[in-house]
Amino acid sequence: MSISVNKYICGYCGACVGVCPTGALELVETWIEVDNKCTGCGICQKICPLGAIEVNR
Amino acid sequence: MKDHYDVIIVGAGPGGSIAAKTAAKEGLDVLMIEKRQEIGDPVRCAEGVGKFHLKQHIEPDPRWICADVKGSCIISPDGTKVEMAEEMSGGEVGYVLERKIFDRALANESALAGAEIMVKTRATDLIIENDTVCGIKLMHLGKMYEVRSKIVIGADGMESKVGRWAGIETAVKPSDMETCAQYLVSNANIDQEFCYFYLGNEIAPAGYVWMFPKGGNKANVGIGILGSKSGEDRPIDLLNDFMEKNMPDAKIIEMVIGGVPVCGTIDRTIANGLMLVGDAARQSDPITGGGIINAMDAGKIAGEIAAKAIRNGDCSTDTLQEYEELWRKTIGKEINNSLIVKETFVKFTDEDLNSLAYSLKDINFTSMSLLDLLKALFKANKKLLWDLRGIFKDFIKNDIDFKYKAE
Ligand code: SF4
Ligand code: SF4
Repeated sequence: MSISVNKYICGYCGACVGVCPTGALELVETWIEVDNKCTGCGICQKICPLGAIEVNR
Repeated sequence: MKDHYDVIIVGAGPGGSIAAKTAAKEGLDVLMIEKRQEIGDPVRCAEGVGKFHLKQHIEPDPRWICADVKGSCIISPDGTKVEMAEEMSGGEVGYVLERKIFDRALANESALAGAEIMVKTRATDLIIENDTVCGIKLMHLGKMYEVRSKIVIGADGMESKVGRWAGIETAVKPSDMETCAQYLVSNANIDQEFCYFYLGNEIAPAGYVWMFPKGGNKANVGIGILGSKSGEDRPIDLLNDFMEKNMPDAKIIEMVIGGVPVCGTIDRTIANGLMLVGDAARQSDPITGGGIINAMDAGKIAGEIAAKAIRNGDCSTDTLQEYEELWRKTIGKEINNSLIVKETFVKFTDEDLNSLAYSLKDINFTSMSLLDLLKALFKANKKLLWDLRGIFKDFIKNDIDFKYKAE
């Protein structure tokens, strides 16, 4: 499982990076990169102030 | 860029810049890197700061001060207003900053003190040998480099990776994170000398809406809600609702979003050859969300301890432990007091908030001592005082001690 970040919504604030328990996310300048440590737990999806993240099931 | 420095600082926010300035002034060879191409931008902050503490670090400059705040006004869910003015909070209250200019001014000070600065330069990993941090791997304009150092200071903010790379657990639980959205608006029509806070579980579940004056009829209007309450209604939706109801004439000229850790102090902020400062060390205040001053205070301590460690030739946790102790004694204590208040606050119902505001509304805060305030609060709301007993015990003790000594 993984997530998708809608880059047209994302405001590159890094809140999702701070809550990700596995360290799967990284804020690179103005976009979020997801690596293979993502477990699809959905915590980042919940925290995003703009609703830019979707968990792929 | 050289291939070796005494200290490498990751992140050029207020914490990083003060650490860089302090270390450079101590005569150390310092590199500070910032992953963004512009220091100070985009902003992720409500930009309020206490005058007294700010002046400990930098001389206030009108170029980055937008408003001079004399007091604050808290508005409960039923509209009851509680005003607190200058004298109550110890004489000076605060400024609302222009962070874009402020952060650059601080970076400039660290440059003038001798630190080298690189922008659009991102740390991608730490170099760790024998359980000791010995530098960083970084990427600049698509190329990878390795740069060694005796000490790394992680000032890489909310999204910090530096701590995690060194095995320090810094992930924040959603219930320990306020998720925030803010607009800079023109046509704000608020008193430019006051900060406003709107409370209520409908307006902002386990959080609040703030309005900070930004000069020229502008204001930062923002909302923070507890991450665990976010999902169906996002901060941005709730903020739009609030604006529609309360500021229909305001015009949005900037959008700001971000997360604020409200977890209280974390267990560890050092490793061999490494210190974390500011939001990277989760040093933001759980009630006010304020992180600028704490980051600057921590940055200063970290810079000083870095110099001491390098002079003594021991950059292990044996020496860096002093950083840990110093910030916990000062910043840490305040953070944990605020944590008690926050844990109580997030449980309040709207009725609790209303009754509290009602019992405080006619009190003249400008003339009361803290002890008088506590007495009034105690009369009005015994349950609240019980919940907050930890923090008030300290306050009362200090106040009484002080009086006792004065007499
Ligand atoms: S929390 Fe949302 S807006 Fe912020 S960086 Fe992550 S995806 Fe983007
Ligand atoms: S779904 Fe969970 S593991 Fe995956 S990126 Fe989001 S927070 Fe991290």
